[in-house]
Amino acid sequence: MSTEFDISQIQNIIDYGIPHCADIGVKVHEMDEEGVVFSLPYQERFAGNPVNGVLHGGIITTLIDTAAGMCIYARLKKYMPIATLDLRIDYLKPATPGEDVFTRATCYKTTKQIAFVRAIAYHSDPEDPVANAVGTFMLRSTNTPPLNLSAAKKGASE
Amino acid sequence: MSEMTPEKFVALLEASKESKDWQPLFDIIPYFSYLGLRLENRDGSLICVLPEDKKFIGNPTLPALHGGVVGAFLESTALVHLFATQEVTRLPKIINITVEYLRSGKPVETYAEAVITKPGRRVANMRIEAWQGNRKKPIAAAHANFLVS
Repeated sequence: MSTEFDISQIQNIIDYGIPHCADIGVKVHEMDEEGVVFSLPYQERFAGNPVNGVLHGGIITTLIDTAAGMCIYARLKKYMPIATLDLRIDYLKPATPGEDVFTRATCYKTTKQIAFVRAIAYHSDPEDPVANAVGTFMLRSTNTPPLNLSAAKKGASE
Repeated sequence: MSEMTPEKFVALLEASKESKDWQPLFDIIPYFSYLGLRLENRDGSLICVLPEDKKFIGNPTLPALHGGVVGAFLESTALVHLFATQEVTRLPKIINITVEYLRSGKPVETYAEAVITKPGRRVANMRIEAWQGNRKKPIAAAHANFLVS
């Protein structure tokens, strides 16, 4: 199993292995031991406010949840089945309509069974975030093969 | 989207409240349309329904719903509950949400109900629960605060 992260390989996992992320168009920018940076292009179909086009909080939750899970793989330098235990998100300000949303997630502590993660969502300046989040994940949550294997199989069959 | 004004939105909300038909309101909220959200009134309880859809899958090997969709559904259910039960003069704004994932969500129709734990003048504190086949086995629960005025 590779211990290096190849961005195009991660993008492949997202595009073929995680249907919901492929559907909304999650993009990978960075992935290393320090954490991951993902983004979501602005799309009107995810607006929660029909008057001004501000994104629904739920789509930001989805982007953060995805990055939060992936940053655990980055820290552990390997894939394993994980499950979100909880995720708390503070919405610091409305996302600006028309602007892409980025998220940076970092796994700052792991134990044998649990991973602790923090994340922010922002447009262009991480110092001026849209949302702040903390979450905990269960490691080795199932006996099913991890995502990359199914993605690789699917990718190979295409 | 540009033709929608705050006044028109509140008027539509009032009309939905009056007719108990929430579809026209859900139709103009783009993300609600994306989720395919429905509202059912079961014996006086307001139950939000998230339809079965492959595009909500986060883990195809289990298979399981994406945790983000579950979180988004819980947040949407809370918002709908505020629309239906409170005097809403503007779109409530979410302050924060804590989602607890209790069981892996299967890619099937999912239900959720919200209760207001404290209806403050400025902030509403909400508790939301989602389940699938068995109401007694929730797949997720959340606490959320909304700014209502």
